[in-house]
This record gives sequence, structure tokens and C-alpha cells, in this order.
Amino acid sequence: MKRDAAKSLRAFAGELVIYAVLVTGYFFLVLHVLGGWLYRLETQHRVVYAVVALLLIAGQAIVLDAITTVLFRLLQRRWR
Amino acid sequence: MFFPISNSHINPVYLVVVGFVIGILGGFFGVGGSFIAGPALRLMGVDWNYAVGTDLAHIVGKSIVAARKHRSLGNVDLKLGMIMALGTIIGAEGGAQLIQALKRAGNVNTVVSWVAIVVYASISIFMLWESYSTLKLHKGQSRRTVKPTETKADHSAFGPVTKKIQGMKIWPMISLPTSGIRISLWTILAVAVVGGFFSGFLGGGAGYIRMPSMVYVLGVPTHLAVGTDLFEIVISASYGTITHAIKGNVDILIALVMHTGAVIGTQIGVVATQYFAGPKIRLAFVPLPLIGAAIVIYTLVTGHKL
Repeated sequence: MKRDAAKSLRAFAGELVIYAVLVTGYFFLVLHVLGGWLYRLETQHRVVYAVVALLLIAGQAIVLDAITTVLFRLLQRRWR
Repeated sequence: MFFPISNSHINPVYLVVVGFVIGILGGFFGVGGSFIAGPALRLMGVDWNYAVGTDLAHIVGKSIVAARKHRSLGNVDLKLGMIMALGTIIGAEGGAQLIQALKRAGNVNTVVSWVAIVVYASISIFMLWESYSTLKLHKGQSRRTVKPTETKADHSAFGPVTKKIQGMKIWPMISLPTSGIRISLWTILAVAVVGGFFSGFLGGGAGYIRMPSMVYVLGVPTHLAVGTDLFEIVISASYGTITHAIKGNVDILIALVMHTGAVIGTQIGVVATQYFAGPKIRLAFVPLPLIGAAIVIYTLVTGHKL
């Protein structure tokens, strides 16, 4: 039981490190590129901006959830 | 990092950490975490209307992750969630309209701050009394080690009042086999409309009102209330995001950054619910709205931009 918990914790720590690298890259690449476009959309086409905003956050949720789940499974299997 | 939509400078690490903390709370308590996120954004100089709208957008993403995890654990009553989403949307529109009226009147910050303080404090005081009384009544049971499979059986000191509410036979009556209750549709809608109103007015998914209401008014077991509330929040917060974004109250860039932290926190919170009984989850919930109230009081007293 304790060994399983230790493995899970180690896998989780590994997941955090990989995730942090991915997220940092995401900040610099995606958000930097999207920033100007979203700002213009927000000031000029509010309805389109509203739909895009919702799609972006929902899409990010599904993608990040999938990434973290896969990462956790992979790392857990690797350390088994 | 500069966020042009809300015209504010915020450290992204701060946003990720705030998202992570809110994610843990959201996954564990089934709340959006607006009582932390709203004041936390205000502390960084974001206007209330942006704090409210942006927080809603962030909640959509976080609740999608949490609801998926809770569903895999059997903690979501889809039928109840769908009905509540309808009432929440009606209430949320009313709350958002009131925010717009206050914006026009020029006193949105003061009014929302005071309402937030009263609501947060009232919820905390009531839940402290109820969960403490319940734990005292079932002292012997709570002392023994709880296995994950037996945590979902629930007790509440408010149970007799809940039974009376369930006994109100106002047509149409709805059976909810997943939650194990039969109750009037109007009672469910009333709870949802009130929760929705506060969602539109104070921001967030209003889980700090709806989760306790589902337990105390509808009689839904705490674990199911947490999961169902999150599912319902996905629908209602999506609607809230659209309506606030059209009104110019959403900075989606801030929400996206916050959400990267929330994804990890949410998963921790969801797994943790499996190891705690209902009254203990409710007792642990008590300080959360108080933290939100304390931040609002601090900024009102010190005159910081909140």
C-alpha cells in the first residue's frame, strides 16, 4: 500500500515537472500569439469573442485533462 | 505579463498558483472558487466586472475537468444537473442584469463587496453549526477509519427540515434514483434560480450556495452534491461566460493562464473526496467563504482597489 502511494507520488511529481515545462512553452508561444488577436476581437466583435473565449477554455480543459491523464499513466507504468 | 483586454499587469505564476489552489478546492468541495478567485484578481487591480466575468470563464474549464473525474467515480446525478442548469441560467441572467444596472449607477464595487461579505459569512456560520452538530450526533461513527466505499452514506443535523421540504407534494414530483430522493420540480428550480442569481451577481458558479443547498434543501448526499454541482456549473458558467463576454466583462487570457494551474489542483481535489465522509467535507468547507469575506473586508478597510 505504502509502496503504491510512493510510486503514485513519484509519478505525480514527474507529471508536474513535465507539465510545468509544457505550460511555460504554452504561455510564450500560444498566449503571446493569441493576445493581440483576442484583444482586437474583444473590442470589435464581442459576440464572436464570446464564442471563441468559451471554445478556447473548454478546448484547453479537454486537452490539458487528456495530457495530464496520459502523462500520469505513462509515468506510473514507467516506475512500476 | 500584460493582459490587454482588462488592461492589467499580473504575474502569470501568481495566476497559476491561484488556479491550482482553486482547483483543489473545486475538486474537493464542488465549488467554482469565486470567493477566492474574485478577491485574488481584485488584489491584482482587476476591476470587479472583469474579475466576475473572467472567473466564470476559468470556472468552465476547471469544472469540465472536475466533472469528468467525478463522473468516473459515480458522483454525478445527470438528471438533477440538467434541471438545475435551467434554473441557474434564469437566475444568472437576473444577477448579470443587476451588475449592469449597478455599473450604470457607478457603485458596482461597493454593493458587490458588501453583498459578498454578508453571503459568505452567513454560509460559513450555518455550515459550521450544521456539520459540527452532525459530527457530534454521530461521534462513534466518525472516529472509526472510513473506507473510500463507505464515505458516501450521509447524515445531517438539518435532516428533519430537509425531510419536510421533500414532503411538500407540489406537482410535478421528480424521482432522482441516483441521488435516492423524490422531490418537487419547483423546489429544485427555486434552489437553482437563487444559486444562479448569485452566480451572475457575485461571479463564479455559486457552488458556495448551491452545494450546501443541494445537501440541506434537496437532501442530496454530499459526494453527489459535489459532483452534480460541478456538472451543472459547466452548463451555467458557460452561459454566464457568454453573457458576460458580450457585455465586455471577460479577459479570456487571464482565465486561460489560471486554468493551467487549476487542471492539476482539480485532480488532487477529486481524488481526496473519496477519503472523507460528508459532514467532514462540509466542516472543512466552513473557512473557505470566510477567507473570501476577509479579503473583501481587508480591501474595503485599507482602501486598496477592490
